[in-house]
This record gives sequence, structure tokens and C-alpha cells, in this order.
Amino acid sequence: MTYSIQGREGPWEVVVGMEVHAQVISNSKLFSGAATKFGAPPNSQVSLVDAAFPGMLPVINRECVAQAVRTGLGLAAEIHLWSRFDRKNYFYADLPAGYQISQYAHPIVGSGSLAIELPDGTTKEIGITRLHLEQDAGKSLHDQHPSKSYIDLNRAGVPLMEIVSEPDIRSPDEAGAYLRKLRTILRYLGTCDGNMEEGSLRADVNVSVRRPGEPLRTRCEVKNVNSVRFVMQAVEAEAKRQVQIWEEGGTVEQETRLFDPGRGVTRSMRSKEEAHDYRYFPDPDLVPLVLEKSWIDSLSAELPELPDAKKTRFMTEYGLALYESSLLVAESGTADYFESLAKNRRPKTVANFMLGDLSAALNRMGESFSSATLFTVAASAALLDMIEDGTINGRIAKDVIEEMERSGEGPRAVVERLGLRQVTDTGAIETAVAEVLARESSKVAEYKAGKEKLFGFFVGQVMKAMAGKGNPALVNEVLKKKLS
Amino acid sequence: MTLTDLGIAAARHGLGRREFSARELALAHIAAIEALNPRLNAFITVTAEQALAAADEADEALARGEGGPLAGIPLAIKDIFCTRGVRTTAGSRILGPFVPPYESAVTANLLRDGAIFLGKTNLDEFAMGSSTTSSAYGSTENPWKRRQNPEARLVPGGSSGGSAAAVAARLALGATGTDTGGSIRQPASFCGITGIKPTYGRCSRWGVVAFASSLDHPGPFGRGVEDCALLLRSMAGHDPRDSTSVDRPVPDYAAACRRSLKGLRIGVPREYRVPGMAAGIEEMWRAGESWLREAGAEITEVSLPHTEFGLPTYYIIAPAEASSNLARYDGVRFGLRRDGEDLIDLYERTRGEGFGAEVKRRILMGTYVLSHGYYDAYYLKAQKVRALIFQDFANAFAGVDALLAPTAPSAAFAEGEKTEDPVMMYLNDVFTVPADLAGVPAMSVPAGLDADGLPLGLQVIGPPFGEEVVFTVAAALERAAGFTSLPAIRAGSPAP
Repeated sequence: MTYSIQGREGPWEVVVGMEVHAQVISNSKLFSGAATKFGAPPNSQVSLVDAAFPGMLPVINRECVAQAVRTGLGLAAEIHLWSRFDRKNYFYADLPAGYQISQYAHPIVGSGSLAIELPDGTTKEIGITRLHLEQDAGKSLHDQHPSKSYIDLNRAGVPLMEIVSEPDIRSPDEAGAYLRKLRTILRYLGTCDGNMEEGSLRADVNVSVRRPGEPLRTRCEVKNVNSVRFVMQAVEAEAKRQVQIWEEGGTVEQETRLFDPGRGVTRSMRSKEEAHDYRYFPDPDLVPLVLEKSWIDSLSAELPELPDAKKTRFMTEYGLALYESSLLVAESGTADYFESLAKNRRPKTVANFMLGDLSAALNRMGESFSSATLFTVAASAALLDMIEDGTINGRIAKDVIEEMERSGEGPRAVVERLGLRQVTDTGAIETAVAEVLARESSKVAEYKAGKEKLFGFFVGQVMKAMAGKGNPALVNEVLKKKLS
Repeated sequence: MTLTDLGIAAARHGLGRREFSARELALAHIAAIEALNPRLNAFITVTAEQALAAADEADEALARGEGGPLAGIPLAIKDIFCTRGVRTTAGSRILGPFVPPYESAVTANLLRDGAIFLGKTNLDEFAMGSSTTSSAYGSTENPWKRRQNPEARLVPGGSSGGSAAAVAARLALGATGTDTGGSIRQPASFCGITGIKPTYGRCSRWGVVAFASSLDHPGPFGRGVEDCALLLRSMAGHDPRDSTSVDRPVPDYAAACRRSLKGLRIGVPREYRVPGMAAGIEEMWRAGESWLREAGAEITEVSLPHTEFGLPTYYIIAPAEASSNLARYDGVRFGLRRDGEDLIDLYERTRGEGFGAEVKRRILMGTYVLSHGYYDAYYLKAQKVRALIFQDFANAFAGVDALLAPTAPSAAFAEGEKTEDPVMMYLNDVFTVPADLAGVPAMSVPAGLDADGLPLGLQVIGPPFGEEVVFTVAAALERAAGFTSLPAIRAGSPAP
């Protein structure tokens, strides 16, 4: 089923391409030794190079280049052994040199692709046009003083990868899936933390609409969208705006727009009169970036297993279904958690436990599998092992989890303290069964007369009498014997 | 013995033998500066106190029998090298209040070797010029005088005119300069001293206020070829902070000065014989050829066919880079600031007041040639021509070891003679610009006087990293020329 916007005169197809700015994980900036930690006091992570003092020169950070190459490899893209840095010239108070160093004409990474999963279970390839390295600018703070703007240069020179997609995206869902998948891959690679709230990942979304079968129409760029949800909303809002303009006989002007999440609309950001001429030219302070094929090969050999490969392996190696495999590989921390826990345990049981009760508990605690403090792999292993060896049953396990959350204890401590051990003593079970059957003599008669569905009622009554601790299999067995 | 007349090797020798102290040597130069700088305006900033403190340290080291190769040698530093704690203006009002918290790589190398800095010398604003008349701190006077008209105030050349005048007038034993289109060699020629622009990448640009990054070459001035050799050896070397710095050993350039010319092939570029060359230059060039031939070299004519495109190419690339390099002077973080109504107003007031006319002209030219729709026709085309000029040199050096040419098409001119017409000024760089575009080493050596009694320089150009052969040939020229003439204004001999 293809997504389309129903206009007055028929359907419109939505065409989307994305430019994602991803902050490179590195200890220092792209061209200086200053730190890149988030949340540091203003202007505490600024070198003389970042502040563009006279005579200061940029030197490329080798680790940032390696990160860009890893990302390119993760996107199955062509790595360019020769690339170059250009200057993008414009004046702004938070751009100290008066130019941004970026790879305009010759990016380090060329075309690649990324597969997104659609809700119907199929996958779709989204083309990657290019990836290049560039510096971030500083930040202007307009709310610190009634008449002055303050400048924070901590971000000035922070390394960014700009990842540009082909206009292959056709719906808000696909746009969301693309951004989520890209974030997953970046996190797997360890090249960007993907933290959109801190600005480590920002998306510029190019949207146009057309009648099915038409060539492309004018696009607008919605800049700096900072969540997956907003990206999806922005695509829809901008597409609808354009459909309305075209249908009213107007013309969509190519421009830069901003998404207003409060009102759910996009609005124009700058007028054409202010269109910049960036006067790009090769940065004469830097030599071209020339990479050795052998270095690329060694980085390639050290790449971690990526989500698609892991998903396939989970299906073949652990016999998991596509759906649960997809959920387990969405974060590498979750996948690692699963693999640790599935060692010597039934993978299906582990997957069900993780995606069910454990996910719910972690959600309640605001934690993830990789950040879990209480439900560590060891704690989960203890829980699963107690179920497996019959110490507790599955229903009691839920109580144990809730009690752990309340008290902060480990699972075995909870089971011991509250005496939640399952009763496997047939004597105790026989006593409870006898009591229930004696009390419910009329139901017993109905059962014996052929109303066999009452069996479940007897099981429930016995379990209730035993405070839920009876071993379900044994309860069944004793009941069957006594009722026969 | 006059301390201010010494060569660097002799001064270092005398200091080592404690014939005189570093303090005495520094004091002699400080006295000369006090006497002559009010007239010459060679220095923007004099750092007498720091110089004496450094001299005392040098004396202590020398007394212990230690001290680097330049221990106690007083030098003048072009005011485009950032010097820690000492105001660095680049000859511009916009950097008037700027005191760098760091030391440039080249000056740090000189300090490491024990040199003493007397102060910061005048230059054309941001090194843009060939006359040292565009400085915000006044023009510098050439210490040489015309025989016929000694009243005329001659320019020292530029942009490193303050350094050249200081060395010629014996206000310093040596000096640093930068050469972007001829800014070391042309003033050396105008002031009757020697100066070398080494290969691009040989001296780090870290801490040098940038004019045109791909063309800026730091280098030394001296009163002799060997003095330049000693200074360059200290200044040169790999610097990981400059991505264009080259990692290769620094040879003993002074040793190269003593090598024989036997077997060397010297090329004379046909295209440097331009119409309108001043009287005496052709003759001096011919004399240079015969001196080298007599010293054992073989002279052949060579062709550098793209020479005529050097100047237009330079005047596209240099302003293009400058327009971008000078964007950082915006009043926001350092230097001059003129507050305005809003950000754009702040920029306009600060840059409008801070930059002089020549700098503004070059920013305009550079912005134009990089603009959308003009980039291919100007900047890209100029880069292609630059590659052809480099290839010209490569082809020539396949057949010869070095080239011999005049340094400038004229001797020093008077203030106002050419300085009013920018294009006339630009033409002064016709012989020096190609070596900057190609990044090859080139040195100017005083070879004689013109009819007015003004010095003329000959230029030796070598292949990339061929500084040694340049020193060998330049030293042979120096020996043969026997240039002993002195400028009218110099330490110990007040102006006529």
C-alpha cells in the first residue's frame, strides 16, 4: 500500500530526501585538540584554533576520519581515497573564522544504501548519496542580556558527519524508519551517540510532492528537526502545505523552512534576498585527505556486526521469528543482553521474557537493557533459572519482578524473604486438592457428569489455596488423579 | 670594531670567546634604534627591556660555555609573526590592541637557539604591498639615498620593508620576513641586503598572521648569504601544527655556502627579459652570468613559458585567499571593535575603520573572484595556470640546477612615484611572484648599484627543497660581486 495525500483532484505522491548531521564520537574537535563533552560551561572547551586567532591553523583529527570511514563502511558506501576540505564563507558571530571547513566538492564517502523495514514486514533500500566531514559552528545565546547576544564557542569546531540520502523516501513512516535505522547503525558503529535531545543528531528534511508518474517538483528544506516524531510530522505537514498551494494554482517556492511542533506546521526561515553566496574554495591551510586502502581494510575488518546481519543470525542461530529478532537488534545493548542471557538457556523463553515482563519493568524504571542497574543480566539469569528449575513458577516471577522494583533486592533474596518458593511437595498439594474437592462437592459432581471445562476452575481454586505457589504441573497431575 | 657592523657568524664567535657580551651587543643595537628609528620608522614596537633581559640570559649561558647557535644574536621580527606578550599588529589598525598569548613556530625556533628580539618591524598592512607605505603605523624609509637627489624619501620595498631597512641600517644583525609575492626578496634588493624565501612547507606558518595561506613563506634577511643560511637553519623544520609543513631534515645551509660551483648548470629564463626594465639591470644580470661562469658553472638559456601569466594569476589567488583569511577580523573576539546597532553594523564599523584602502581593495577583488558565476572563470582558471607555472619550473629544473634572474625590475623608488597607482605597484612583483606560485626557493643577493647609487639584487631560484644549491650559487655571486657599498643612513653614520 503506497502512502499518498488525497487532494481535491486526486492523489499526490510525497518525495523526501534527508540530510542528517551526526556528531562524531571523538575526544577532541575536528581540527583542534579542544574537548567535545556535552554540557560543559560556556567557552570552557575552546582552543585558539576554534576561536580563529591570527596565525592559528587547522590539523585534521585522524580519529574523526576513521569514524567517517567506519560510518561509510556501515552504510555499504564507497570510500574515497582522495577527498578535500573546502571553506564555506559567511559572516556570523558564532562562526569565528568567517568560514566553515567542510567537504563540499570532494566528500570522503560516496554512494551507499540503507535498508528500512516497512510495517508490512518488507524492506526497502534508501540510497545514500554521500557522507562528508565538517565543523559545527558555535552557539549564539540571545536570552542572556536585554540588548546583547552572548557567544558560546564550545561547539565551534565539533566534528560532524553530514549524511545525505537520495530522494527515495515516500511517506512519513519511511522518513521515521530511515532516521531510526540510521541512528541504530551509527550507535552500533560507535560513531555517533544518536542523542537527538543533545543535538548529536539533527535532520534537514527535503520535501516535495507530485502527481503519480510526474517528474520531481520544487522541494523545500525543513531544517534542524530534532526528533523522529517531529520528522514524521514535518513531512506530513509540509507535504500537505505544498499540495494545497499546487491545487490552488500557486507555485511552491524553493526555500528553507522550520517545523513548529507546537502548531504542527512549517514556516519560512529566510527570504531569498538573504540567499548566501558561500564562495566555496579549497582550504589552503589543509592538504587533501589521502587514505591508504590497507587502512580502510583494517577498519573494515574491525567493524562490529551490524543490525541487519545480526537479525538474520538471530533467526538462524536461535530460531527466533523476524519480529522478535528485529526488536532485539534495534539497540546493540539489547542484542548483547539477549546473547548473554541466551547462553545455555532456551532462546525463545529468553526472548519472550525480555520483550515481555522485563521490557515492561525497564520502561517503568526509565532504563534500557544496556543501562539496567537492577535487572542486570545476572539478575535476569537468576530469575529465568529459578523458573526453569521449578523454584518459582511464571506467575510468581511477575510478583518477584515487582517486589524487586519496590525493594531493590535481587530475585533470589526476594523469593527467600517472601517465601515464594513453589510447592512441589505432593503431600501438601494433595492436602490442598482434598480440601478444595471437599468444599466444592457439587462442582465435582457436575464435572463427573461431563462438564470437563470445570477442570480449570479446580486448578485455580487449588492455586489460590496455595497462595499461587503450587507447581502447576503437579497440581494438574494430582487433580486429574483425584477426579478420575 | 663596530658591533652593529658584524655578521652573525662573527658576532657569535666573538660572543663565544667573550670578546664582548650579549648585553653590549644588544645595547649597541638599541642605541642605534633609538637614534635612527624615529626617522626610518623601521620598527612599530621596540622591546628593549625584553631584549636586555634575554641578553643577560644569553650571557649566563655563554659564560658556562653553553648557548645555542644564535645565542645573544639580536634580531628584528616582522610584525606579522605572533610573539607571546608582545603586541602584534600586522601593520593594521584592526590588530592595534592585539597581544598574542602564543609564540609563532618560527620565532619560537629562533628563541630556542638563543636569539634576542629587539622588536617588531613595520610592513605593508597584512603584508599586502611592495613599498611598506600601506602600514597603519606610517611608512618606512629606505636608508639608501639617490646620489643626485638625496632628499627623496625612498621606499624600502615591501611588504617586509621594516625588516629590510632595519638590517640595512644596522639596527639588527638579521631579521625575519614573509614572502607571498616577493615580500622578502624585493625589499632585500631595494635595501642592498640578502633575503631568502625557502620552499613552501620549509618554515612553519603556525603563528604567522595569514595573508594568502598557499603563498605565505616565512624566511630570513641578513647582510650576507651566510647570515641567511644560519638564520634559516634555525627557522626551518617540521611543525605538526601546520598541515602544509614538510617533514624532512634541515641541512647545514652554511656548509652549502662554501661549496664549489664546478659542474653546476645555471639557467637564465628567457621570459624574464621584459620590456621597460630599468637601466643597469640587464648589465648586472649579464655580469652575474659571467661571474658564475668564471666560478665554474655552465650557463644556458631556459624557457619558463607561462611567466607572463604569473602576475594575473597571483592577483586572483592571493586576494581570494586573503578575502577568506581576513574574515576573522570582525570585532567579536580580539583586536579592534567598534560597536554598532546590530551585528552587521558592528562588522561594518569595525572593518571599515580597521582596514586600510589596499586591504579593502584586495578583499573586494578576492570576494569577486570567488563569487558564484565567476569562480570558474577566475579562481579555477588561475589554479590551472598556477599548475602550469609549477610545471615550467619542473621542466627547467630537469635541465639545470638553479636559475639566475633579476629580483625586481627597478631599484628603490620614491614614495608617491608608483604608490599612487596600484597596477604600477603590482608590476614590481613580476620577477618574484612566479617562485611564490610554484613554492620553490629563491634568494636575492646585492649585486651592484645603479646609476643613482642604489642597490640592485640578483635572484637565484632553486628546485623544491633545493635551498642548498641556492645558497651555493648565491654565495658565489656574493663573492664575485664584492658588494661593499653602504646605505647613507646607518648606525654610527648619521644621515647626510
